[in-house]
Amino acid sequence: MTERDWTVTDLRDAVVSGETTAANICDHFLRRIATADPHLNAFTAVLADTARARADDIDRHRDVWRDRPLLGVPIAVKDVICTRGTPTTGGSRILAGFCPPYDATVVSRLQDAGAVIVGKTNCDEFAMGSSTEHSVYGPTRNPWANDHTPGGSSGGAAAAVAARLAPASIASDTGGSIRQPAAFCGIVGLKPTYGRVSRYGLLAFASSLDQIGPMALTVADTAAVFQVIEGKDSRDATSTSCGVLDLSTVFPGQADGVRIGVPRAVLEGIDDDVGCAFDTALDTLTQRGATVHDIELPHIDYGIPVYYLVAPAEASSNLARYDGVRYGFRATLDADNTSLQAMYERTREEGFGAEVKRRIMLGTYALSAGYYDAYYVKAQRVRSLIKADYDRAFQEVDTIAMPTTPTPAFRIGEHLDDPLAMYLGDIFTVSANLTGLPAISVPAGFTPSRLPVGLQLMSRPFDEATLFRLADAYEQDAQWWRESPPVTT
Amino acid sequence: MASPLTKADVKRIARLAHLELNDDEQALFAQQLARILEYAERLKNVDTTGVAVTWYPGAESEPLRPDVPHHSLATDDALANAPAPGPRDLFRVPKVIG
Repeated sequence: MTERDWTVTDLRDAVVSGETTAANICDHFLRRIATADPHLNAFTAVLADTARARADDIDRHRDVWRDRPLLGVPIAVKDVICTRGTPTTGGSRILAGFCPPYDATVVSRLQDAGAVIVGKTNCDEFAMGSSTEHSVYGPTRNPWANDHTPGGSSGGAAAAVAARLAPASIASDTGGSIRQPAAFCGIVGLKPTYGRVSRYGLLAFASSLDQIGPMALTVADTAAVFQVIEGKDSRDATSTSCGVLDLSTVFPGQADGVRIGVPRAVLEGIDDDVGCAFDTALDTLTQRGATVHDIELPHIDYGIPVYYLVAPAEASSNLARYDGVRYGFRATLDADNTSLQAMYERTREEGFGAEVKRRIMLGTYALSAGYYDAYYVKAQRVRSLIKADYDRAFQEVDTIAMPTTPTPAFRIGEHLDDPLAMYLGDIFTVSANLTGLPAISVPAGFTPSRLPVGLQLMSRPFDEATLFRLADAYEQDAQWWRESPPVTT
Repeated sequence: MASPLTKADVKRIARLAHLELNDDEQALFAQQLARILEYAERLKNVDTTGVAVTWYPGAESEPLRPDVPHHSLATDDALANAPAPGPRDLFRVPKVIG
């Protein structure tokens, strides 16, 4: 096994056995970041000093901590997740210099599990975007093709794992922000069931849709990180008790007898190379004993308009807190207008980027008097129909498969002048958020021009086990993760 | 088709959203938001008679907890990120009352 294939499990085992130290592993990944990140811009902050100190501490206490599930494993954290005392900006100027006074619950749980947080990763501002171009830190580049986006909004978290700058990362997914960049960068990304992972310490974007989840090279690694961060948290009233996932009943994954539903009508018009990779992936699963069934999801096409009314509406409310009073950036005012209202408006004008302003405007409009019923309430009713489609389908099948995205990664700048075109690319990912269902994206090969393609699997609420089982069964025959991108080494 | 948004509409929404927006942004957003809203018009084709709304997905959680005092953020920590710290334990803001 080469350094490039190091998995979370390998690294943990190597630290526990004493084959290497947490400090050596930490230094290895910090060196990789120092070499490759100037080309990728995946990180907004590299926490070299705190990571090294933490790794040294782990090495000193190895015998006491040896049963910790992520002992000495470096993890990258999307910059919308609070890390105490270190900058957390959500890729926004309005949070410039903000150092949270507390850790997100997922960060505390990772640290309790022995993980080493190596850095914060770039994202679209407040996770609004599908390309990681809308960041005050500039765009992140796709490790497979530097003139292409890594997807978004968790593009930095995905690029970092794909380029082997960290063996795993945690990110957030509001409409596909974990799964789409995972697909574009050729890694695994999980959007857990709504309520399965605490969101305490996540910069809120759309509270009925946001979910935190893991990204890693393999399905087993994704599950290992998921197992650490899942579970009820008294600090997040939407988190739910659902029992603990027993990974020993999941791995090695089996596909035998699993009924896979495929909504064929929805797949018309997707990119040919994506369609081809998807069909090959289904063949692989069929050969392992799964059965494929045609299903109908009649309202899934309405997912985009529903999502792009509901998410901006919730965002316009959640982002009202950024007003220049308590934290972050405050604008300098003109001498002739120093009112409180002017301070709010100027701070938000200068602090937010174009995409965030566009969505705040859209959401404010959808919630405003005279439009609330026609747009916001109507969207929430159609959302119920989308959910009913899935409920019906899951009476017949165990999982639903789709490509994660209708196209492979697009070029940097390709959709910047046309927000709607960018939004339409989220067609296969938004419904998991609207319904709360869990969904995973796993690498399913490459286009002829060597851009990764993702296979998305969805399952019933709180049935992440089925996703891991099936995705792992697929991965046993399709080890795409072993191919590494041509980043500078 | 949705009626096109005017710059006046955009200014009204911007005011509600506490956004200043310069002239160029007002013109651009008027055009882009109109296009997005026109796309959203297709929801009108869906019959939602008698369909309930879904505000949140999943099971209803129990948001109540025992009313027991517990530690909250220390004042110094809460003030540490203030862009304009005031005297004592205060945030400084522009003058509000004449």
